Amino acid sequence: MPAPQQRRIIFRHIDEPGYTNDLACYVRHGGYEMLKKAVAMAPAALIEEVKKSGLRGRGGAGFPCGVKWSLVDRKSGKPIYLVVNADESEPGTFKDRYIIHQDPHQLIEGIMISSFANNVKQAYIYIRGEMPHGARILEKAIAEARAANLVGPNILGTGYGCEIYVHRGAGAYICGEETGLIESLEGKRPYPRIKPPYFPAVLGLYQCPTIVNNVETLCHVKHIVEMGGDAYAKIGTPNNTGTRILCVSGHVQKPGYYEYEVGTITLGELLNEVCGGPLPGRKFKAVIPGGSSAKILRFGETFTLKNKDGSSRTLTVEDIPMDFDTLAACGTMGGSGGVIVMDDSVNMVEALANINAFYAHESCGQCTPCREGSLWMKKITTRMVHDHARTEDGALLKSVADQIAGRTICAFGEACSWPTQSFVAKFGDEFRAYPETKKAAKSAGTLELV
Amino acid sequence: MIATPKPDLVTVNVDGKEIAVPKGTNVIEAARLVGVDVPYYCYHPKLSISGNCRMCLIEMGMPAVDPATKAPIMDPATGKQKINWIPRPQIGCATNASPGLHIRTNTPQIKDCREGVMEFLLVNHPLDCPICDQAGECKLQEQSTGYGRGYSRFIEHKNVKPKRTQLGPRVTLDDERCILCSRCIRFCKEVAKDDVLGFVDRGSYSTLTCYPGKALANNYSLNTVDICPVGALTSTDFRFKMRVWFLKQTNSIDTESSVGANTVVWSREGVIYRITPRQNDGVNDTWMPDSGRDLYKIVRANDRLAVIKVNGADASLDEAVNAAGRLLQSAAGAVAVIGSGRSSVEEQFLTRKLADALGTSTQLVSRVGQGDGLLISADRNPNVRGALVTGLIKDLPTAKLTSLGAAIDAGKVKAVVVVGEDLAAAGLSATQMAKVAIVYLGTHANATSTAARVVIPTLTVFEKSGTFVNQQFRIQKYLKAVPGVAGAQDDLPVLARLVAAVGGPILAGELHALWRTLAAEIAALAPISFATLPEAGLLLDGTPYAAGPFVETESLHFNPAAKPAVTT
Repeated sequence: MPAPQQRRIIFRHIDEPGYTNDLACYVRHGGYEMLKKAVAMAPAALIEEVKKSGLRGRGGAGFPCGVKWSLVDRKSGKPIYLVVNADESEPGTFKDRYIIHQDPHQLIEGIMISSFANNVKQAYIYIRGEMPHGARILEKAIAEARAANLVGPNILGTGYGCEIYVHRGAGAYICGEETGLIESLEGKRPYPRIKPPYFPAVLGLYQCPTIVNNVETLCHVKHIVEMGGDAYAKIGTPNNTGTRILCVSGHVQKPGYYEYEVGTITLGELLNEVCGGPLPGRKFKAVIPGGSSAKILRFGETFTLKNKDGSSRTLTVEDIPMDFDTLAACGTMGGSGGVIVMDDSVNMVEALANINAFYAHESCGQCTPCREGSLWMKKITTRMVHDHARTEDGALLKSVADQIAGRTICAFGEACSWPTQSFVAKFGDEFRAYPETKKAAKSAGTLELV
Repeated sequence: MIATPKPDLVTVNVDGKEIAVPKGTNVIEAARLVGVDVPYYCYHPKLSISGNCRMCLIEMGMPAVDPATKAPIMDPATGKQKINWIPRPQIGCATNASPGLHIRTNTPQIKDCREGVMEFLLVNHPLDCPICDQAGECKLQEQSTGYGRGYSRFIEHKNVKPKRTQLGPRVTLDDERCILCSRCIRFCKEVAKDDVLGFVDRGSYSTLTCYPGKALANNYSLNTVDICPVGALTSTDFRFKMRVWFLKQTNSIDTESSVGANTVVWSREGVIYRITPRQNDGVNDTWMPDSGRDLYKIVRANDRLAVIKVNGADASLDEAVNAAGRLLQSAAGAVAVIGSGRSSVEEQFLTRKLADALGTSTQLVSRVGQGDGLLISADRNPNVRGALVTGLIKDLPTAKLTSLGAAIDAGKVKAVVVVGEDLAAAGLSATQMAKVAIVYLGTHANATSTAARVVIPTLTVFEKSGTFVNQQFRIQKYLKAVPGVAGAQDDLPVLARLVAAVGGPILAGELHALWRTLAAEIAALAPISFATLPEAGLLLDGTPYAAGPFVETESLHFNPAAKPAVTT
């Protein structure tokens, strides 16, 4: 059976010849019609449509967007802020940047609709520090939209006003964590806040109720308005609605971004058919399905999952549909959609050393387990690849990771421990054999510099 | 089982023990009340919650209710309401008591959490306890013993960080020992209102430092040393001086101002090494000014008086008391008594008795400075209110003894008894001082002691016991930390003998015995005895003196505009 076709909703115009990122081009393609439609609706009705759509956040956690909106404290009398998380920093993820670079008005329209629905008067786009060009594009697009009364004090003559500000990060992964992002936006160190009591929906930016949504999520809102919540909910699979962008990188013939209805394509179809399979003469060895913090899957392993009727089914890695729930049931996550593929040329110890170096560098240092644990794990894997590996290091790594996960202020604790836990669990033999592997490679003269 | 709680109380269950606590009490404090120890580093009862050390992780559960009917779900096995336990451990410091909250601290998961955090805190810690000043009072030491694994699995290189950063004139930082709990940062921001500390770099390389161009120089900087749970922040003065377990602790009072911050004096073999604050939630919380920590240096100052003098010649105490008695009696009717707002209540009482016996009244010398709004008030005398309570004075003191000078010039005063003050500093000229015979009781040499006919060296606040009445009319006691220097005389017996020598009543010169007289003669002190005076002090009725005008402005736990405190 051939792989299903891509369904490009968010990426409809990405890489389209002749499509430019200016307002005129966007309006020519039907842009801002949905904002006009939305401001004619009641805000509560808009929220209801988003709820009905079943849209789940595309930033990593997959939290239902409509529920997130309905949790916002609307009785406090304080202003409600919308913060757009454009700090796309998860290794292996590269979707939001294309929206920002090639179709920024789609994002702005999504922001304005969402702001109107939630009575937001100020929205902030927190864009990753490493994307200066994207920030310039957004600034220009917002200026265009403001000139056309699509952003600003009086949108489309309705009397409703909302400003959008672009805030550039300074290059820190932790700023993608929503409360860390809020701290950074307030001008502080991006130390994630303790929850309770600092849930953004109640005590967010400047201690006011705040909605933090991913770029892709907000773009979906525009399309939900276009087709209606019920119709949108029919896309994809139940509880995993809509489309999502999968960013494939690593050892495949055709890496890149692909937009599919959630759950309609399996990992095997994605890698073998859409991405052209492994590189010549190679075999797939492992894949991280949702950004580098998601747990790794080993080709050849199988998963036995319970069906709703009580029966069970067995899946290979290739059989796993790319949706939130099945990936979670297989012990990993859909995360941010970054699919990282490794073939049999990769030594898993060295791959983990790379990932651990990233997380040790990006740990904010606020709470003990992540701060000390991430660096410790990095030191272990670095030592291993530098000729001082011990057979027991794999078990030590797992134990350190176990001491981090679930005990930290923010989800970074999981993000930095899941790779180690899963690498060691699934490739434990390779960790135990690594001292010998290294020695053999050295004597054979095939050692590569790491 | 569950007692009917008071309206503002909620019942929580800690390791199976029920306790009613005020709503909002955090789990650490609630557990403390039932005798369950929840270890922590970053939490401090007087600072905001940071939640970063993760040492206080606990298991938390709430009684199960049916989501639809809100009816309790019962556990058939126990017959009690089922508890829904949250699988993830929660931090105790940020978990507040709510009705029915259940806490478990003694489970394998929590044991593992604590062992994990302990191990993490130690992987990059230098483990230089043998040369660390914090050793003996270090939370890392205590809790690694109590909750750690006892061995290390860490074989990598430890991080290297600055070892001796001068954060300010009084605080030295060892960044390698720092566990990044942020207590000091929060203290500077929230209590001292001097936001100068912060972290730079990230992850395990995070480093505590001052903002560029700033210094940790405020007068409360040493409190960061006190609250530092490890040996990262050390007092430059105390650093490498003494192991803390050798030191004797004595409760004392900061004499800098009428705030009367509660302190502990740490001494060994008669030598004081440091002064730290003592918690009193009605006065100083857990803080004290830096300036008050230096005061012990007066004990061994070079200008300390240690020899009794009569007319410039060395003398015994008997000779000095007799000489003073003769001198004062011969000037009867023309004697002035200068008391002190730095003397204790007991000394002030005896000074008053002396003035009574001589048929004269007493003046005090005021010291007024700027209040800092926290723990130093405008009145720099610690015990002016004590002088009001004991009847030593009726009016508040003035800075200069102008009327005394005029009386001397007019020949109306021929002799002056001075207790611990300097007449020159109080505005008298050398000529005026030369015109009168001075009996001086004091600790340090000054122009008055030089001019005095009789000089009796006395004890500093660290060498004797007594009481002060602070700005809240709270009577607080301080205790003798070290023996007096050789030659210095205990104030109370000297004063009592002077009273007798001028024909006054025979009074006890011993503190506890004197307190019986105090309690008998002064209504406000009637229910009190020195031995039973609580450590936190006792509020006296300040209403009779409410007219003032006192110079204090608002400070921690004190609002002059508020109604005077009533005896509790």
